[in-house]
Amino acid sequence: MSKPTFKLNPSRHHSWRDDARAWLFLAPALLVLLLFAFWPVGLGAMLAFTEVNIFDLTASRWVGLANFQALWDDPTFIASVVNTLLYLLVVPVIQLAALALAVLVNAQLPAMKLFRTAFFVPVVTSVSVVGIMWGWMYNEDGMLNQLLAWLRLIDAPIGWLSDERIALFSVMFVTFWRGLGYYMVLYIAGLQALPQEVEEAAMLDGANRWQRFWRITVPMLRPTLLLCTLLSTLAAMKAFEEVVVMTGGGPIGSTYTLAFYAYDQGFRAFDFSRALAASAVVSLIGFVLAWINFRFFRTEGR
Amino acid sequence: MHLVRTLLLSWAPRYSLLLLVALFTTFPFLWTLSTALGDAGNIYAFPPQLWPEAPTLRHIEEARQSIPLDRFFWNSVLISGATVAGTLVLASLAGYALSVLRFRGQRLVFLAVLATLILPSELNIIVNFITLTMLKLTNSHTGVVLPLLANAFGIFLLKQAFDEIPAEIFDAARIDGASEWQLFWRVALPLAGPALAALAIFTLVATWNAYIWPAVVLQSPDQYPLAVGVLYLSGTFAAKTRVIAAGTVLTILPVLILFLLAQRYFMRGLDGAVK
Repeated sequence: MSKPTFKLNPSRHHSWRDDARAWLFLAPALLVLLLFAFWPVGLGAMLAFTEVNIFDLTASRWVGLANFQALWDDPTFIASVVNTLLYLLVVPVIQLAALALAVLVNAQLPAMKLFRTAFFVPVVTSVSVVGIMWGWMYNEDGMLNQLLAWLRLIDAPIGWLSDERIALFSVMFVTFWRGLGYYMVLYIAGLQALPQEVEEAAMLDGANRWQRFWRITVPMLRPTLLLCTLLSTLAAMKAFEEVVVMTGGGPIGSTYTLAFYAYDQGFRAFDFSRALAASAVVSLIGFVLAWINFRFFRTEGR
Repeated sequence: MHLVRTLLLSWAPRYSLLLLVALFTTFPFLWTLSTALGDAGNIYAFPPQLWPEAPTLRHIEEARQSIPLDRFFWNSVLISGATVAGTLVLASLAGYALSVLRFRGQRLVFLAVLATLILPSELNIIVNFITLTMLKLTNSHTGVVLPLLANAFGIFLLKQAFDEIPAEIFDAARIDGASEWQLFWRVALPLAGPALAALAIFTLVATWNAYIWPAVVLQSPDQYPLAVGVLYLSGTFAAKTRVIAAGTVLTILPVLILFLLAQRYFMRGLDGAVK
């Protein structure tokens, strides 16, 4: 993200008419942002401490930390925290794979554009469609089991989504599948912004391809690496769409993530108080992660 | 001849790897397509048939008759169309004010808009649902669309695009007596064409594919967009795999075609988000 830029023109004064006109241009967007982006963060944080009455918020009753206490006492919530931490394993795997893929398709060779497109297909597919398709892939008779049986890697079909020891990893794998092309494109953008001269100089100095990649490309790509890692960490923190469409939290609650827990409490159990408390926890962790990363960015660049 | 051999040798591993990954990313879709169009044989046959035996459009027809797929399609068009149009209008007006105009509080407004990109928004889905309940907008397309218009990314993207336009162009038009509205409409918007296109495609793909938010807001199936309706189909006709596959294909196809046609803008939009 580039620094906010302002083209200041000292010869023009701010008159109330200038101000009024500008606010007129801004009004539609600001109204919507106010109602559906700013307000929710403040109100949500506040409502997390109440027993929510969704039809008449003024009738919501202040209960202090009771909602958070209830979370703490709920084994499903604790399991969701553990699962969310496990979910972060997707981050290094997807980043390494996306970077490798970006390097592979960034070359000026025939058909590279075709490959990029193929890798991007999962990114532009609806999560509901993803859920249906992967439901078939993961079926007892599905392609995955068939392939593994054909390769003689398994004797009996694996219950990818029905075995509670495996289901979470199956869901994580779909997150990996969905996100690969997205981060690949970001890395391609990063790679193309790198100056060519440095690498050419290293080539003349006799550095081999592997050395050039680790000693030159990766360090110079640091801003993109950090951005992508932040994005995918935050995405993993709030992962829940895949859970909704593939397992609904099961089997035996083994695929609950933090964000899914919040969604489930709100829209399936209609316990909005607990849902908001859980969301507040996710928000807080997300905010801290983002903040850490921004500190990192600032000390690095420029 | 020697050159060809070296090229083949150095390219072969790279291309084999890329082909393998491409198969991995596109296989579920290709297989679903083959299942939707095929009429013979076991759908789980191994090795999988990517070209269907006895291709037919029968299942697509059956999917359209079993559930109101056409209705879902038009709901998707309506929701996505309104979201794209609204986003473009709101984002370009606000982006113009933040880039070209000068006013008191400008810096503050810009930082506030940026803050919505950074602030945690996980609370939004629940509170926005509560807000819509109070406004009596649940179970309506308006209720789905309205919160989606709060798109700080779009405002940011267009502000950056307007920043690229040289100030002299605006000054010249001002000297010619153009009003601020004319500057916006006749000068700024046309010059920001690529950014507008990128934002439009970006928004369209995201809205077309959105599942959770419309599923939360809409309660009656006749309001569902395709992305929600297709799961409704798979719940109702769980045994008819080929019919579900047909519905799935119909859901993906429009956005896939659009993406193929406009990927240049789409990728540029992503670039713009990084830089």
